[in-house]
Amino acid sequence: MDATAVDLRGAGGLLLRRRLFDYLGWGLSALAFLLLGGAMLWILLVVFRRGVGALTPTLITQVTQGTGGGLLNAIQGTLVLATGGLLLAVPPGLAAGIYLAEFDHGPWAPTIRFLSDVLVGVPSIVIGYFSYVTMVVGLGWKFSVAAGSVALAIISLPYICRTSEMAIRQVPRAMREAAYALGASDGTVARTVYLPMALPGILTGVLLALAISVGETAPLLYTAGWSNYLWTGHLTNEPIGYLTYAIWAFITEPFASAHALAYAAAFLVTLFVLVLSILSRLALDQNAGWRRRRS
Amino acid sequence: MTASLRAATAESGARPRPRRQNRVFTFRRLTALLAGVVPGSLIVIVVFLAIYAWPAVRFNGLGFLADNSWNLGSLYGNPITVRGQQILPGAHYGILFLIAGTLLSTAIALCLAVPIGVGAAMLLAEGVPPVLRSWFSFFVELLAAIPSVVYGLWGYVVVIPFLGHHVYPFMVRWLGFIPFFGGPAGSGYGLLTAGLVLTLMIVPLITATLRDALVTQPATLREAAVALGATRFETLWTVLLPAVRRVLIGSSILATGRALGETMAVLMVSGNALNYLPGNIYTPISTMASFIVSQLDSALQDPTGMAVRSLAEVALVLCLISIVVNSLARFLIYYEGRQSGRAA
Repeated sequence: MDATAVDLRGAGGLLLRRRLFDYLGWGLSALAFLLLGGAMLWILLVVFRRGVGALTPTLITQVTQGTGGGLLNAIQGTLVLATGGLLLAVPPGLAAGIYLAEFDHGPWAPTIRFLSDVLVGVPSIVIGYFSYVTMVVGLGWKFSVAAGSVALAIISLPYICRTSEMAIRQVPRAMREAAYALGASDGTVARTVYLPMALPGILTGVLLALAISVGETAPLLYTAGWSNYLWTGHLTNEPIGYLTYAIWAFITEPFASAHALAYAAAFLVTLFVLVLSILSRLALDQNAGWRRRRS
Repeated sequence: MTASLRAATAESGARPRPRRQNRVFTFRRLTALLAGVVPGSLIVIVVFLAIYAWPAVRFNGLGFLADNSWNLGSLYGNPITVRGQQILPGAHYGILFLIAGTLLSTAIALCLAVPIGVGAAMLLAEGVPPVLRSWFSFFVELLAAIPSVVYGLWGYVVVIPFLGHHVYPFMVRWLGFIPFFGGPAGSGYGLLTAGLVLTLMIVPLITATLRDALVTQPATLREAAVALGATRFETLWTVLLPAVRRVLIGSSILATGRALGETMAVLMVSGNALNYLPGNIYTPISTMASFIVSQLDSALQDPTGMAVRSLAEVALVLCLISIVVNSLARFLIYYEGRQSGRAA
């Protein structure tokens, strides 16, 4: 570096221009990064400061009453809906991941992969409206856990599918070949060889899907509805509350008690999503470390 | 899997086995069947939305995309029959203002997100030490993990008062000579606010994809440029960035798709305009996605059901647009993957 500087000292103008270009380039890049980081901090600051201020014990002991009370019904509903979505999405998503990673010959696998990637891009409100039209109205389920869970499952399906595929692909070929050579069937190889090894990667996808389910609002508004009461266990014909609804609906109310509920709900949702993101990141890092050691 | 191995497994499958040999539901077929759920849901979504929206498509015709009127008609009138469909008297559905709002807010977001995303990706790929890189990147990518409705809350509570009181009046005064930047400055709800919030939501997609692509460029490219006397930034700008051009285009299109369908955040900051086109960048707008949420309650008042079916048509149009946009992006990214795969 120093040598070039000495060599070019004669061509001062050119060097200056190149130096300026360098400084300007890095400066603008840093500015872009700082803008994003600053916005991120701003959002977290607003949500955490106001959220912590709104936390009270009644949040988890009481259900919502009008524009006050607690959020017990919403916390319960979010957990029920997210669990329902995962239960519906993991089996087909994982199976699709296995199929794409292991039996990738013929025209089907590329087609499924492509359509799965397109499904990721379908707006969640479209999936919500589809669920409203088919399940809430068409099948007569009304606002219900079933309709909301199916909507969430469709949204998380492609994420689980593609992350499982990638995780399974990273298991070395030789492992499977050894198992097949010993006479193991497809199912045995899956159960004993690549699924255990790909588990951290698969979990990453499941955690990602869970984070998305907990944070979704639009597809639930007209499938799960909203309820001030605790869920009594009916899958259909019973609306259910969820935290993201509380954020959206209560912040526009004119009462301080409603605002407090909205901030508390935003705090809980954001905290949950952040923890899940960090967990899935750590799982991914562990997976990457395992791969690095292997190679 | 090699061909010989496949042949070997096929052979072992053909050998008679003593226990639980199920010829119909093999593991492979079972996974294939379950895997069909993924593309199946996409197809079912399009087909059922289309079936449900069909009466609206027949009634609205092409004017649906070209007119500026979302009008349920007289809710107290007796339903009449037009073009074979039962509607309320005076009902007319046109969503030009929604298409304009969607495209304009997405365009603003894209114009801001591409330079910011490229800048941040360059810094993360080449400008920070590798030890810090993964955690810095993670911090920026967390922007994609924040739920849409939390963006909406943040926008509604802090950003709108801030922009409406302190920024937009200034922009009107100093930038008013630029077309569409002139007043009135409005209240903070509107096109530009929606575009700004969307920018933050889509930037991580561009940054993450581009950073990965930059980091994985072959070292020989860098070495060649440095050997010619280029500085680190010149290498990045003149050699590495052009090499990942297609990834940038692909990820920008993906980001476009995300912005087109974003619902809750836009709903809370856009002002939810009805039936007019924006006059400047501060005007309230609606997007197709946010309109579906904000209008379903009133659409349910229509006893003929045509309003709900017309909303389904909005959802169908949005769905088709996002399918086209995403197919395009995936095609470009696959193509890039195949190209670099061949080169390596």
